Amino acid sequence: MNEIPTLARVFARLSLLTVGGGMAAYPELKVQIVDVHHWLTLPQLDYLYGVGQVAPGPNMMMIVSIGSLKAGVPGAVIVFLAFFGPTAILALVVGRLWKRFQGRPWTVAMQRAFAPVSIGLLLAGCLTFAKGAVTGWVTALIAATVFAILLRSKINPAFLILAGALVGVFAFGSH
Amino acid sequence: MSLARRAPVLAVGSTEAQLLRQHIGVGQIFAAFFLVGASSFGGGIVGYLRSSLVAKHGWVDDTTFVELLGISQTLPGLNATNMAVLVGNRLRGTLGAVAALIGVCLPGAVLMAVVGVVYQIERDRRLVEAALKGVGAAAAGLLLVTTLQLGQKSLAGIDDVIFLLITVLCVNQLHVSVPRVLIIVGTTAVVWYGWRNRAMPR
Repeated sequence: MNEIPTLARVFARLSLLTVGGGMAAYPELKVQIVDVHHWLTLPQLDYLYGVGQVAPGPNMMMIVSIGSLKAGVPGAVIVFLAFFGPTAILALVVGRLWKRFQGRPWTVAMQRAFAPVSIGLLLAGCLTFAKGAVTGWVTALIAATVFAILLRSKINPAFLILAGALVGVFAFGSH
Repeated sequence: MSLARRAPVLAVGSTEAQLLRQHIGVGQIFAAFFLVGASSFGGGIVGYLRSSLVAKHGWVDDTTFVELLGISQTLPGLNATNMAVLVGNRLRGTLGAVAALIGVCLPGAVLMAVVGVVYQIERDRRLVEAALKGVGAAAAGLLLVTTLQLGQKSLAGIDDVIFLLITVLCVNQLHVSVPRVLIIVGTTAVVWYGWRNRAMPR
């Protein structure tokens, strides 16, 4: 009945696969959760993943749902710590080392290299995301309107996202 | 506000020195990240982070933001949580990193823990799915603006644009995995910029 050690082990291992974003770990997450441990069925996982994508905060927060579903609040906390703890510590250590070596020729070169590659990765992810999200003229209009407004103003994007949700309900909710 | 100015620093350290002078409190860091964590519906959290950290608070500039984003993408871990740790650490050391990480995660984590508990209750999901469609489209617009704004500030030369296009092409057209792109394109870019810096010193 006590699944907490297994939850901790599985999610700590998954966290190390998230190079380049949470999506990178998704295939293995599917295997572990659906096929190996039978914590969720595939439709359940897909639904939670969908809700997690829209929920505020980092996009893999749906893992916390799996923890709470299987072992209540302790499960949620353990899954959270196992998934975010190791990578956070790594980021902290690397961030400090990076600061210390700042100004050396090779860090300057890396700094320059980061700009095009990381913006490229962002753009690639953005295009993939848009391909899934923009499926017709209504969604295209929503995306274009948000794009145009944010280009000109510093309005909190959350308002536009909520407006998008409302438009979605009116456009797709009736049939 | 008195700004305790330190001795002149090297050009690379100037943003750092600027930050040291601001005395940003741990509470302020937590509050800013909590707000991002609570409002970033739809998945474009890098956009929300830029909007808060660069545009609203001015805690980091676009160049530093892209630099830390690059580190975040290279390391395992989500971009949003790695960014929180790196920016928090820059602003206020380990405490700042912890405050930023908890702040950005807490709202979503609590929400999703509740979703997990109430998941068993069967509901009409049609309206939710309709709303999600609108949210996804709006988030796509947000992400595109963010990418454009970061690109405008950080890409200067034709070589930058070429490396950007190679990266997009590898990921989207050739379906190379992100770690592989980081190793292949990233290393090539580091070697190129290193050579160029040596060939034409500033």
